Amino acid sequence: MNSDSSGESFAQKLKTLLRDERFWQVAFQVITLGIVLLLAAFFVGNLNRNLAQQGRSFGFSFLFNPAGFSIGESLIRYRPNDPYWRALMVGLSNTLSLVAAGIVLTTVLGTAAGVASFSKNWLLYKLSRLYVGLVRNVPLLLQLFFWYFAIYGTLPRPESQISALGLVFLNNRGVYIPWAGSAVLALLGIGVTIFAAVMAVFLWQWRTKLRIETGTGGKNQLMGLIGLGVLWLAFVILALQWTFPSPVDGGGVTGGLRLTREYVAALSALVFYTSAFVAEIVRAGIQSVSRGQWEAARSLGFQSGLVMQLVVFPQALRVIIPPMNSEFMNLTKNTSLAFAIAFPEIYSVANTTYNQTGRPVEVFVVLMATYLVMCLIITLGMNQLNRAVQFKER
Amino acid sequence: MRKWGILAATLGLALAACGGDTTTGGSAAGSRLDLVKDRGQLICGVDGGIPGFSFVDETGAFSGLDVDVCKAVAAAVLGDAEAVEYRRLDSTERFTALAGGEVDMLSRNTTWTISRDTSVGLEFAPTTFYDGQGMLVRANSGIETLEDFQGRAVCVETGTTTELNLTDQMRQLGVDFEPVVFQDADAAYAAYDEGRCEGMTSDKSQLIARRSTLPNPDEHVLLDVTMSKEPLGPVTVNNDSAWFDVVKWVTFGLMQAEEFGITSANIGDFEASDNPDIARFLGQEGTLGTDMGLPNDFMVQVITQVGNYGEVFDRNLGADSQFNLERGQNALWTDGGLLYSPPFR
Amino acid sequence: MTPVTPNSLASAPPAVIALGPVAWAKKNLFSDWFNSVLTVVIVTIFGLGLFRLTNWAFTTAQWEVIPRNFHLFMVGTFPARFYARIWALFALICGLAGLSWGVLGRNVSTLFSRNVLIGLGGVCAFIVLFPPTRPSALILLPLVALVAGMAAVGRQVSRKVPGMGQWISLSWFLSYFVGLWLIGGGLGLTPVSTNDWGGLLLTLFTAVSGIALCFPLGLLLALGRRSHLPLVRWLSTAYIELVRGVPLVAFLFMGQVMIPLFLPVGARPDRVLRAIIALALFSAAYLAENVRAGLQAVPRGQQEAAMSLGLNTPLTLSLIILPQALKIAIPAIVGQFISLFQDTTLLAVVGLAELLGTGRSVLANPAFLGRFAEVYLFLGVIYWFFCYAMSLGSRKIEEKLNTDHR
Repeated sequence: MNSDSSGESFAQKLKTLLRDERFWQVAFQVITLGIVLLLAAFFVGNLNRNLAQQGRSFGFSFLFNPAGFSIGESLIRYRPNDPYWRALMVGLSNTLSLVAAGIVLTTVLGTAAGVASFSKNWLLYKLSRLYVGLVRNVPLLLQLFFWYFAIYGTLPRPESQISALGLVFLNNRGVYIPWAGSAVLALLGIGVTIFAAVMAVFLWQWRTKLRIETGTGGKNQLMGLIGLGVLWLAFVILALQWTFPSPVDGGGVTGGLRLTREYVAALSALVFYTSAFVAEIVRAGIQSVSRGQWEAARSLGFQSGLVMQLVVFPQALRVIIPPMNSEFMNLTKNTSLAFAIAFPEIYSVANTTYNQTGRPVEVFVVLMATYLVMCLIITLGMNQLNRAVQFKER
Repeated sequence: MRKWGILAATLGLALAACGGDTTTGGSAAGSRLDLVKDRGQLICGVDGGIPGFSFVDETGAFSGLDVDVCKAVAAAVLGDAEAVEYRRLDSTERFTALAGGEVDMLSRNTTWTISRDTSVGLEFAPTTFYDGQGMLVRANSGIETLEDFQGRAVCVETGTTTELNLTDQMRQLGVDFEPVVFQDADAAYAAYDEGRCEGMTSDKSQLIARRSTLPNPDEHVLLDVTMSKEPLGPVTVNNDSAWFDVVKWVTFGLMQAEEFGITSANIGDFEASDNPDIARFLGQEGTLGTDMGLPNDFMVQVITQVGNYGEVFDRNLGADSQFNLERGQNALWTDGGLLYSPPFR
Repeated sequence: MTPVTPNSLASAPPAVIALGPVAWAKKNLFSDWFNSVLTVVIVTIFGLGLFRLTNWAFTTAQWEVIPRNFHLFMVGTFPARFYARIWALFALICGLAGLSWGVLGRNVSTLFSRNVLIGLGGVCAFIVLFPPTRPSALILLPLVALVAGMAAVGRQVSRKVPGMGQWISLSWFLSYFVGLWLIGGGLGLTPVSTNDWGGLLLTLFTAVSGIALCFPLGLLLALGRRSHLPLVRWLSTAYIELVRGVPLVAFLFMGQVMIPLFLPVGARPDRVLRAIIALALFSAAYLAENVRAGLQAVPRGQQEAAMSLGLNTPLTLSLIILPQALKIAIPAIVGQFISLFQDTTLLAVVGLAELLGTGRSVLANPAFLGRFAEVYLFLGVIYWFFCYAMSLGSRKIEEKLNTDHR
C-alpha cells in the first residue's frame, strides 16, 4: 500500500480488482453463502415462530413416550406400551426385510431377464423385451395396488386355501412356507448359505483360472465344489429343525413361516418393477462389450455359453455394477411406498408417530437419517464389489 | 391465475409483516368471518370419501351430513349455500390445514377430545353426530365378542383415534390380534370386503354407511360393542371467537329449527309468527344475527336452502337415504336423544 | 448368438432369411432340445395366462366403470360448464403437436407413411366405435384431422422458411401459460380453483410443471457440483446427496405438512403448487446427477480449446460444453422425466385427486366397489402410453442427434 494513494490510483486498483477473476470467485462464494444463510435464517426463524405459536418446541424426547398403537407384523418383540423409538425400530426391521429379500430377488430376476434378451429363442427374447417395455412404463404405486388387490386379493379365503405339494400354502392372508425352527437358526442358515456361496464362487474362479492357464485340471476344485454343495445341503436339511405349515380345520395354517399378504405383494411389486430396470442395465452392459471380444473368443473355439461366462460377462460387470448401485438405492427408497398397502415399514410407522405426536420436523429428520444410512451402507458394499471387478491395470 | 397473484401478494405481505410479531388472527378485526365475507366463498375441509357424511358423486358434487353443515354456514354468512369450496383432507393433514388457515373450518367426522381442544389448539362446535366405535364382522364368522379376535386380523384406518382405541381395548382384554393398518379408508374397506381381515373397525355410523355399499350387506353385522365415545362435529381454530361463534350457533340453529318444527317446506308459515322466540330466531325481531356479524335473517337462509337438522339427517343418513339409520342418540332432547340447543335469546 | 439390434424395443425381429415359417420356427424356436423345451414351456404358461386374461376381460370384467367415470378420470371435478376451455387447450396442443411433427419431418419423403396412416385410422376407428361418454366423436375426429393438417402445413412452411424450430419451441413455451390461463381462469375467464383440477389433467399439469421447474434447477446444481469454487461445490453436493437419500413420499409429505411451517404465519401456498415444488426440488437432484455425467463425458480438450479462443467461463459453458453434455445426457434426462411423470401418482397419497387418486375415489363409490382390476388396468394403460411415448421420443431424438460415427 502506498501512503499517498490518490483517488485515481484507488480507482485503478478497483479496476484491476474487478478484472481479477480470483476476486470474483471469492465474491461469488461470499454472496452465495450470504443468500443461503439468509434463507436458512428466514426458514428456521419461521419454524421456531410457528412451533412456538402451536406451543411446541423442537426436541426428540417424545421418542421415549409410550406409542400406544399396535403394529401388524414385526421381526422384533413389540408391545403397544413400548416407546416410539421401539415402534420405529420395528418399522425399520420390516423395511430391512423387504430390502434384503428385494435385492437378492431383483438381482436374480433382472440378470435373467437381461441375459434372456440375448437368447437365440425368439419367444424368450420377445418376452424379455415385452416385460421390460411394459413394467418400466407403469408407476410403481399402481403396480403395488394391482398386486395387492387384483392378484393376491383374488386368492381364496383360508377356508378354501391352495396348497402346493403340502409344503406351501396360499390364501388371501398371505403365503405360508416351511422355515427354520427358530430365528437364531434361520439367521445361522442364512449366514452359512452366504458363506457357502462365497466359497463356491472362489472355487469356481480358481478352477476356471487353472483351466485357462493349464488347459487341464480343475478336478480337485470340482470335487471341492461338489463336497461343499453336499455339506451345505446336509447342514440345511438336518441342522435347522424345519417346521412345516399345516392346515387347520376350518381354514388357516399353523407352523412354518407366514409371509403376510402385504409383505408378499410389496415384495412382488418391488422386485418386478426394479428388475425391469436391472434387466436394461444388464443388457446395456453386455452390449458394451465390443463385438471383437465375442469373435475372438469364438475363434479360439469356446462354446457360446462359455464365451458369455468367461469373456463377456466379467467385462460387462464393470459397466453393470455402478448403475446397479443406484437401482438398489431406488429399491430401498421405494419400499416406503409399501405403506399404501398396509405394510408397516418405517415410513408407515413414522407417519403414525407424526399423527399421534404432531411433530413433523423431528419425525422427518429421523426418517431422513435412517434412509441415508441405509443408502450409504449399500453404496459402500457396491463400491467394494466395484473395486473387485474393475480392470487390474498392470 | 388470480390465485397465484393472491399467493404472491400474501407472501409479500407476510414478508412485510415479518418485522412485527404477528399473532394469530385473534382480534375481531382480523377474524375469519370478514375473510370469508370478502372472499364470497367458504372453504370447508371435508373427507369426501365417507358415504352419508361427505361424498363426491359422479358429477363431482359433494353431498352428506358434514357437507350440509358447510352449506348451512355458507348460507348463514353469505346467503348462498352453494358458495362453498370443498377441500378433501385426509385424517393426517386435516389439523395442519386448519391451523395453517388453508380451510376456514373442518366438517370432517372429527372426534372432540380434550387434547385436540387444548394442545392441538382447536375449537369444537356442537356435536352434529354422536357416534361410537364399533366392529363390523361377517355374520357367518362366528365372532361375537372382541375376545374372539384372538389371532385374527382387524382392518383399521390410520391417523385417527380408532387405531388407538382398538389397541387399548384389545390390550385390556389381553387379546393378541393382527392389525392391518391402511392409509385411507377406501383401501381398508376394500381389504375387509375381500376377506383380508375378519373385522373392520371404525365409527358405527361409518360402518353402517359402508355396510350398505358392500355387495351383500346382509352378510355383515355390527358386534354389540362400543369401544369409545365419538362425538363428531365441526371444528375451527383457536383464538377466533367471532368466527367460532358463527359456526357454533349456525349448528345449534339447525337443531333449534327442528325443535320449533320449522322445515324448508313450511318456513313460509313461520315468517310472520307471533311466537317471540321464533320471531327472534328467524330475525324478524331483535338483533341476534347482526350482533354476530351476520344478516339478521341468517337462519331463514339456512332453513330454506339446507333445511333443519332432522331434514339433513333423514336426507343423508336416515329414512330418505340408503342407510336408513335410526336417530337414536342423535334425536332431539325432547325425543330422548342428546341434541340440545341453548336458547336463542 | 444372433446379433440383436440395439435399442429395439420388440419392434425389429431378427433378420430372417425368408424360407417360410417352418424354417424360421426351426431356427428361432426349436434350434436345439433346450430351446424347444423353453419354447413349449413359455407357450404353455403365456398361453394360459393370455387365455385367462382374455376370458376375464370379456366375461367377468365389468367395464362400465370406465365410461361412466370417464370425465372424472380425464379432468376430475372440473366444472362441466367450462369443458370448452379444456377442449380449447387440447386443440391448441394437438395443433402444436401436428406442427412440430411436420417441422421435424420436413426432410422425410412422406409424412403419412403406411404405418402412420394405419395408426391414424386406428385412432379414428376407436373414437367412432367406443365414443367416451361426454367428449363425443364429433369433437375428437376434427382434432385428429387438425393434427394431420397442421403437420402438412408445418412441413410445407418449414421447407420454405428456415428456423421454424425456434418458433415452435417458443410456442410450446407460451402454450404452457395459455394452458394455465385456460385451466385456472382469471383475466376474463371465471377462475377454477386448483381443488377442482383432477384426473389426467392434474397429472399432466403437475408433471409438465415439475419438469419445467426441475430442469433449470438441476442444471444449476450440476454446474455447482462441478464448480471449482469450494463453497458452491460443497453446497450443491450436500443438497444433491441429502435429497437422493430420502424417499419421495417423505419428501412430498414434508411439502404438504412442513412448507407451511417454514413460511411466515398465514402464508400457505396452494396444495397443487406445494406438490409441484416438492416434486421439482426432488427431481432436480437426480437430474443434476444425469447432467453431471454428461458433463464428465465431454472431453477436456473442448474446454481448453474454447478457453484458448478467449471465451470466458459462462460463454464456454453455454456454447461449447453444455450443448455437448446435454446431448450425451438426453437418454438419462428423459428417463428422469419419465420417472417424474410416474412419481405424480404419489400425489394421490398426499390427498390430491390426480389420475390414481381419482381412480381410488371411483373405487370407493358404492356402485363400483371391487372393480380394482378394471380401473387399475385402465390407469396402467394411460400411464404406459405417456411413458412409452416419452421413451420413444427420446430414442428418436437420440438417433437424430447421433453425430458420432461408430
